[in-house]
Amino acid sequence: MVNLTIDGRAASVAEGTSILDAAASVGIKIPTLCYLRELNEIGACRICVVEIEGIDQLVAACNNTVLEGMVVRTNSPKVRVARRMNMELLLATHDSECTSCVRSGNCTLQTLANDLGISDLPYEKRLMHDPWDMSFPLIRNNDKCVNCLRCVQVCEKVQGLGVWDLANRAIHTSVNVRGGVPITESDCTLCGQCITHCPTGALRERDDTARVFDALADPEKVVVVQIAPAVRAAWGEQLGLPREEATVGRLVAALRQMGVDYVFDTDFSADLTIMEEGSELLRKLGEKSSAPEGAPALPMFTSCCPGWVRYAKAVRPEFVDQLSTSKSPGQMFGAIAKSYYAELMGIDPHRIFCVEVMPCTAKKAEVAIPTMNDACGDPDVDVSITTREVCRMIRAEHIDAKTLPEEDFDQPLGTATGAGVIFGATGGVMEAALRTAYHIVTGKTPEPDAFSDVRGLDGWKEATFDLAGTPVRVAVVSGLANAGKLLDALAAGEVSYDFVEVMACPGGCAGGGGQPIHDGQELAGVRGDVLWGLDRKAELRNSYENPAIQAVYRDYLGEPLSERAEELLHTDHHSWHLPVEAHV
Amino acid sequence: MARMHVMEQSESQAIMSSMHEMLGKRLSVSSLAPCPVEFTASYVAMCATQSCGKCTPCRNGLRMLRHLFNDVLNNRATMETLDLIESTARTVYLSSDCAIGYEAGEVALMAIRGFRDDFEHHVTKHACGFTQSQLVPCVSGCPAGVDIPGYIALVEAGRYTEAVRLIRKDNPLPLVCGLVCEHPCEMHCRRGMVDDPMNIRGLKRYAVEHAGDYRPNIKPATGKRVAVIGGGPAGLSCAYYLTLMGHKVTIFEQRAHLGGMLRYGIPNYRLPREQLDSEIQWILDCGIDVEKNHSVDGAEMERLRADYDAVYLAIGAHADKKLGLPGEDAEGVISAVELLRDMGDDNPPNFSGLHVAVVGGGNVAMDVARTSVRLGAEKVVIAYRRRVVDMTAQDEEIAGAQAEGCEVMDLHAPKEVVVGEDNHVVGLKVTPQIIGGLKRGRPAPRPAEGGDVVVKADRVIVAIGQDIDSATFEEQGVPCKWGRIVTDPDGAVPGQDGLFSGGDCQSGPATVIRAINAGKVAAGNIDNYLGFNHKIELDVELPPVQFKGKISCARCEMREREASERIYDFDIVENGLTDEEAHQEASRCLRCDHFGFGAFRGGRIEQW
Repeated sequence: MVNLTIDGRAASVAEGTSILDAAASVGIKIPTLCYLRELNEIGACRICVVEIEGIDQLVAACNNTVLEGMVVRTNSPKVRVARRMNMELLLATHDSECTSCVRSGNCTLQTLANDLGISDLPYEKRLMHDPWDMSFPLIRNNDKCVNCLRCVQVCEKVQGLGVWDLANRAIHTSVNVRGGVPITESDCTLCGQCITHCPTGALRERDDTARVFDALADPEKVVVVQIAPAVRAAWGEQLGLPREEATVGRLVAALRQMGVDYVFDTDFSADLTIMEEGSELLRKLGEKSSAPEGAPALPMFTSCCPGWVRYAKAVRPEFVDQLSTSKSPGQMFGAIAKSYYAELMGIDPHRIFCVEVMPCTAKKAEVAIPTMNDACGDPDVDVSITTREVCRMIRAEHIDAKTLPEEDFDQPLGTATGAGVIFGATGGVMEAALRTAYHIVTGKTPEPDAFSDVRGLDGWKEATFDLAGTPVRVAVVSGLANAGKLLDALAAGEVSYDFVEVMACPGGCAGGGGQPIHDGQELAGVRGDVLWGLDRKAELRNSYENPAIQAVYRDYLGEPLSERAEELLHTDHHSWHLPVEAHV
Repeated sequence: MARMHVMEQSESQAIMSSMHEMLGKRLSVSSLAPCPVEFTASYVAMCATQSCGKCTPCRNGLRMLRHLFNDVLNNRATMETLDLIESTARTVYLSSDCAIGYEAGEVALMAIRGFRDDFEHHVTKHACGFTQSQLVPCVSGCPAGVDIPGYIALVEAGRYTEAVRLIRKDNPLPLVCGLVCEHPCEMHCRRGMVDDPMNIRGLKRYAVEHAGDYRPNIKPATGKRVAVIGGGPAGLSCAYYLTLMGHKVTIFEQRAHLGGMLRYGIPNYRLPREQLDSEIQWILDCGIDVEKNHSVDGAEMERLRADYDAVYLAIGAHADKKLGLPGEDAEGVISAVELLRDMGDDNPPNFSGLHVAVVGGGNVAMDVARTSVRLGAEKVVIAYRRRVVDMTAQDEEIAGAQAEGCEVMDLHAPKEVVVGEDNHVVGLKVTPQIIGGLKRGRPAPRPAEGGDVVVKADRVIVAIGQDIDSATFEEQGVPCKWGRIVTDPDGAVPGQDGLFSGGDCQSGPATVIRAINAGKVAAGNIDNYLGFNHKIELDVELPPVQFKGKISCARCEMREREASERIYDFDIVENGLTDEEAHQEASRCLRCDHFGFGAFRGGRIEQW
């Protein structure tokens, strides 16, 4: 143990402890801005500087460790001056238009500036005004960037991509797209992790709420909203609702209050995805022995994560043929809503305005894929909004979600099983698929937790399950850096699998880039637990048991992988191109 | 009113002087990754501060250039801006009234023409196109990329064996480099901004001298066999890393001993033979086979290529260059290569009472001059056609030679070897020179008025560079240019499957550390060629970083044995740092691996 004094308090901490953690251990909170534990410990912002007795210059508390006998002061006159002035220097190049900023009230920079009591700036504002393509689903405003470099780190270390880099040097240093190319030509997967790790409003999703409000105002439109699994585990956070009160029923009620015509559940179409993807897997497993040399069909990769699909297309095109052709649950929903459901209700499908609420930013690009129009020629899903956007809509409508009674989903596209809800957590798609595959192969109902070995927050999990005598080797990865490692290992022949689930965001959609932002906290685990809890409590836990799914096959699709199912629920990943694919 | 005043320095003049001194220090620490546009903009702005303001091009031209550069940096420029910068710079150069203006114009002109691509990248992409990131200065200055802050921290912590272990991750010859490395790392040392650069070589030597033994981890045998032709620093480095990766290496060495130029080029008083041999033996003990006295020509190389899975050609540059002057074939005219080779084979000639004239101004010239002194020469003269400051030899080598009594006859170009009746050299005729203008960066001398001089000489030693014996390989289809073996950047010889080359035979005569880098790079790429991807990894835990703040402390230099004593033996001249000096020196390191950009990126390369 190392003994030291911080602001007159004696501290005793393990060797190698940072000054920041040592201070926290004795109840002293040193403010930080750029710091993100294990991800960005670079001493860049100089907000966490402290004074160490005997040393003239100040030291960053975040990435310097304690020494025996050290005497630290976190609020000496020197520290006070430097910390405040560094904040003023950051504000001098920050566009503080807080009243029209999506991060107002949830902005680390704003909080720190307020905490420090800054009311006048000694410097004239000097902003860079770097232009940006505002039609892209990811928006970067250089004038709000404080160069903390978290986005660079999360993209490089967690997602293995490196879309962001330092453009320019010296006093003109700023973050921008690597190589100076437009963001549209980068291999950005739109995972949104840079957004959820940004301490300011420099990075955000494109706001599509106005399009939803416009549709609600249009009497010709029948507005149909679907709510993705992971949204229900997080939406209350942004509105100050405790987790147990922030049920999906309250969210349904809030959307109806806004004027939405029908509120449905993406869990329903997740069950549908399982029927298709599970059948596809079994078909591929059956073809395994007869597959021609040099045409690897296995492992089959899940395709419900659009960030992952973009990654595969942009970075590892050699694996695209191994993606499941099944559309994502959101897209399946749209295709069913504008075909089966429209027929069922006798509505002209062109009048249906299909909105999806997603924990995801990549979905905004997915809904715009030109070939996702299989139901009636219009886009199957018209607009995709994030959890954050739906919360902003609720606030804009002055709806007090807390006081709303819980309401049920509309039917029939509101019936789902526990298998559908776990789509929102890493390992969930895999587990849901295996439950149904087991039933298809054996005719038996699986034990509820027979495939639980793929749960948990490890970035790369693997297991082998017995499917009626056939061993099925599966792997689950989340975080694209982990996906990249898995693909490398596959290419090198170091590993071999039959089925691989990939989710771009660490922890799966629960930790999605469209979820509410809590600086310094990773909430994928807590939110995932909510979803696993919903599965545990569900009456039905297997997709094939879902009566609404049974009905849609009986009345409309026939059977999984039928011609109509292929037409509506499957897609060709080669039918559209990312700009980067042109020069791959 | 007094008629004149005695000049006194005012307080502000004193501050200005010390600011100039600090600026000099900052500039002497070559910044490794400046944006060319940023650098030019500030440079030209600095030049502008010296303008007296009288003439238009200097006053207004430099002012406009400053604004134009800022437009580029602030994304306000177009391609027309770049044309305007060029024509403005040209006008400042052509028409300024004094050097303050026209030299500034030339700098701006050189930049806009030389960095045109970088300027255009800023204009079109609004980003700097200069890709090198700001790595740790010393590490990126070191061709082998040795983890210098890491081993200095270990020296500071008294963990010398681990320091050596860390060095060997990137450089298998720490002892050799501790004694003779040209230490390009020190040139970039950020400590130089504060007071003086770190004495990095001194600390390396100290670590080696205080380390205990250990053995490296060797990966499981792959069954692959690699032949290394030439046992110099490049060959040894390549052999060492390939062996760690599990491949079986045999070194084929033309001479009786390994070491290449380390043995046959560097005298014992700089690199003691016994120590060199022990370091080489340590490497060989990893399981490397050696065939000494095995000369490899082109045909033999082809046989090795057929027999081995890969071949590394590292034959060095051991052929002597001729002066091309009359009398050169006379008896008593020898090449530096010849003399140092005899020394390496423990076959020293006797120069007792002789007059020796050395031709050349590089380190080798100093080596043969100082060797001649130790061989008993009565007088040693070093004839060089430029000035002492223009010599390529390191300053300490020149000073060492002079301290040992060698006379440096600069600005004297050899014209003829004067031959006596018995066809033996009796002198060296030299023509006095006057220094002239810069030619390709170096001042060119030309004959001065006045007559030639004859220097009495019983021996003339020619030390004007080495060539490469590559003809025999060229005949087998190995591509060569100016005698140098041509390779791709990865060390592979184009068109010759499985043949790699590096070191002096590829780069031309260069430094030990560059040869080590070549061997290391080849080892990694040969490993991949053989179908593997073994990693050489950091296997030492580093002590935590301690922020010490700015404490002024100058650099400890190594001292030398007294000249009057050392000229009588071949024992090592330089004394290592004392314990006290080494610990003080190690504590000066600013730890750029942790502070500054290193905390974000490039602070530590954990494996290669």
